[in-house]
Amino acid sequence: MNMRIHIKGGRVIDPASNTDREADLFIANGKIVGVGDTAPAGFESNSILDATGCIVCPGLVDLSARLREPGYEYKATLESEMAAAAAGGVTRLACPPDTDPVLDEPGLVEMLTHRARLPEFAHVHPVGALTVQLEGKALTEMAELHEAGCIAFGQANRAIVDTQVLLRAMQYAATFDFPVWLQAQDPFLAKKGVAHDGEVAARLGLVGIPVAAETIALATILHLARETGARVHLTRISSAAGLEMIVAARAAGIAVTCDISAHHLHLSEMDIGFFNAHARLDPPLRSQRDRDALRAGLASGAINALCSDHTPVDDDAKQTPFDEAEPGATGLELLLPLTLKWAQEMKLPLVTALARVTSDPARVLGLDAGQLAIGAAADICVFDPRAGFVVTRDALRSQGKNTPFLGLELPGRVRYTLIDGHLAHDGAWG
Amino acid sequence: MSPVRNTANPQLNAHGELQHLLTIEGLPRDVLTRILDTAAPFTEVAEREVKKVPLLRGKSVFNLFFENSTRTRTTFEIAAKRLSADVINLNINTSSAAKGESLLDTADNLAAMQADMFVVRHASSGAPYLIAQHLAATGRDHIHVVNAGDGRHAHPTQGLLDMYTIRHYKKDFSNLTIAIVGDVLHSRVARSQIHALTTLGVPEVRVIAPKTLLPTGVERMGVRVFNDMKEGLRGVDVVMMLRLQNERMQGALLPSPQEYFKSYGLTPDKLALAKPDAIVMHPGPMNRGVEIDSSVADGKQAVILPQVTFGIAVRMAVMAMLGGANA
Amino acid sequence: MPIPDAEALITALADAMRPHVDPARTALVGIHTGGVWIAQRLQAALGLKTASGAIDVSFYRDDYSQRGLHAGAKSSQIPFDVDGAHIVIVDDVLYTGRTIRAAMNELFDYGRPAKVELAVLADRGGRELPIAPTYCPHVLSLPVAQMLALEKAEDGKLSFRLIEK
Repeated sequence: MNMRIHIKGGRVIDPASNTDREADLFIANGKIVGVGDTAPAGFESNSILDATGCIVCPGLVDLSARLREPGYEYKATLESEMAAAAAGGVTRLACPPDTDPVLDEPGLVEMLTHRARLPEFAHVHPVGALTVQLEGKALTEMAELHEAGCIAFGQANRAIVDTQVLLRAMQYAATFDFPVWLQAQDPFLAKKGVAHDGEVAARLGLVGIPVAAETIALATILHLARETGARVHLTRISSAAGLEMIVAARAAGIAVTCDISAHHLHLSEMDIGFFNAHARLDPPLRSQRDRDALRAGLASGAINALCSDHTPVDDDAKQTPFDEAEPGATGLELLLPLTLKWAQEMKLPLVTALARVTSDPARVLGLDAGQLAIGAAADICVFDPRAGFVVTRDALRSQGKNTPFLGLELPGRVRYTLIDGHLAHDGAWG
Repeated sequence: MSPVRNTANPQLNAHGELQHLLTIEGLPRDVLTRILDTAAPFTEVAEREVKKVPLLRGKSVFNLFFENSTRTRTTFEIAAKRLSADVINLNINTSSAAKGESLLDTADNLAAMQADMFVVRHASSGAPYLIAQHLAATGRDHIHVVNAGDGRHAHPTQGLLDMYTIRHYKKDFSNLTIAIVGDVLHSRVARSQIHALTTLGVPEVRVIAPKTLLPTGVERMGVRVFNDMKEGLRGVDVVMMLRLQNERMQGALLPSPQEYFKSYGLTPDKLALAKPDAIVMHPGPMNRGVEIDSSVADGKQAVILPQVTFGIAVRMAVMAMLGGANA
Repeated sequence: MPIPDAEALITALADAMRPHVDPARTALVGIHTGGVWIAQRLQAALGLKTASGAIDVSFYRDDYSQRGLHAGAKSSQIPFDVDGAHIVIVDDVLYTGRTIRAAMNELFDYGRPAKVELAVLADRGGRELPIAPTYCPHVLSLPVAQMLALEKAEDGKLSFRLIEK
């Protein structure tokens, strides 16, 4: 049946067009057909969504969400994580290749994208493995993987130790103008490290990862980016020094983009408290000074996008001593609340804040998405900015209940999520 | 923002009494002083015909050693037995952990055997916290946890027995200069000593080590850093030596034990720079000729064996205080 | 009720004990803190040769599991060989008998005495254990809410004070 939806009485915020005004939204055939006070000629809705008091914005675009399929279904499944995405207002996401087996063969990528092709599921863009098995030795069949649906190539958080392989991989990707997504962390300086090499690690006796692990790896990547002309996106920057290097590289004409995780936007090493394994993240939470630089960098746009870095981890892998705990935190359902909290604390206009989780990450993906233009896909998030969201295990749809924000109340509650005009989440009564 | 739930110090109960002993960090000075005061009468128990008092009669103390240490385990065992407790020793690196049982499963199993106290030694920093938090979350506050050394983090009873030793010989903490020498980076003992000394009001705590053996930002713990041992020992009242682990003696941290001894070994010459009545301490076991010269280890200023004796009394005091804390 | 005169009671207690002690063999063990003061006075009054001992019963109290470890516990000191000794335990006021029970248990951890007796300045009644003093110059009855506390002045004089609990 052809759904014709009328989203009524909301405040429309569309960062791509710098719009923030009271307006209704009209949807037909999975596309936006009108924005304004009156319906386009001939439009007759067969469904009305009441958005009174709510904000209507593009569905969120998340540059990193681990869906755990294939291979880690005991941590999460496509079904559980897609429900989490919809509940979090996320309508489009990229997933890193560190599944089991890793996404280094076209067949695996096809299977994943096929499984993900349900109307209530967010659009899934796999990031293919840059090297076979992510081992940093042999290149993958990038052209084939691209055809199978990979939007970029990366290593998740595993480094390519051999710099020559890194150079070749970037050259090869540049040949086809495929984006290369890299996480900057020197594997030797990060060896056995579990926390930022600073005051807290010193006190708690945890093995530290110095900021130099990030900056040294960044220097290598930035030099090779200039050398090869590859389109580089740097994932999960964690330090002020790292951000400064990226800003300087851009000034020198190296066109790189970067993102940070929502955890690093709010937390620092101090949040490890008494060995809280939920604060065991990769890269590690750094100093408060680093966190403040990231907050400012995201506000100014020096950091292109904010992602959830969603990593569902089973309880057994977290209920261990800190250094044995698996790094990562669940985040799909917290991305919007954490964005809103940051915007409140920084006194940022919502149109700026929401850009970092909608139109800006879409641009990193090279897609004309994350916007509410007429004719665009009806990927929409309707949320109540005044309602709170208490983070509890029961409230989370994700199979991963691991988050350092457990017990906290965050702003923003998703009322409706639409994907291609399909109502994927209805939180009106929830 | 501070979303972390476990920021409350889990060591003290609602009445401010010691519920667990996990670290010295954050314990108020009067709690430390109370432990030392309580230890004093326990030193006398060892001199009786029956070296036992009945405080923990009928209680079960489980020594959970996930990392082997016969010496530390023995001191806890003696302390518990002198309090009349039943002591059960488990060396878990050779049993269930090898079969894949998780730390908390092990704790749950032993708790089901009516344990009253866990003495925990683990290679991972924070492991005893995990057990204490789990016991609290599952409503088993009557079981007490004593940290017997976790990773690089803490060895609180060692820190306390060192404080007892210093107080025994120097009476007052408020006018002392104390140097901690050696591998601070990997040392749980050093961390506990630093917290104890600063809490008890020692005006100057120094650490002496090569840069490879110092944690980043150690000065934030309230210590003065010296890389030159001769400079660092000048005028100190107490020299606290740390043990250097075999595997760290040569490699990327240090070139050789010989070179380490030359720069950081405690020799009579170097000790002569300290005050004439300075005492020399070592947590044991010692590497003679690596961190300490035999003539110093066996010399008049060494109080290394009294440390061991006091250690039993301090551990008895801790266990007696925990065992009597109202849950 | 008049408060008993502690100094007079010490004299009376020494007089009562004198015919029964052997200055060469008998040893006193005072219970911290009041009993230790009295033992020192009796030691001199009776001319005992053996140095008296002191016991702190904190580690033997039967209320540990309810009330925890008593703060300010002191070292017990028994400077003589307990095996075969004639010992008189000395305390200020005898009440429930529990402290004496703890003191006897502790004493036996030092050896096997030939004979143990009990000397107190006053017996206030309220016994909860089958314990009776061998030497006691004063008997009185106190309500549960009151207690008799021995105090030592700067000049060494001992006196009782009545405390409402």
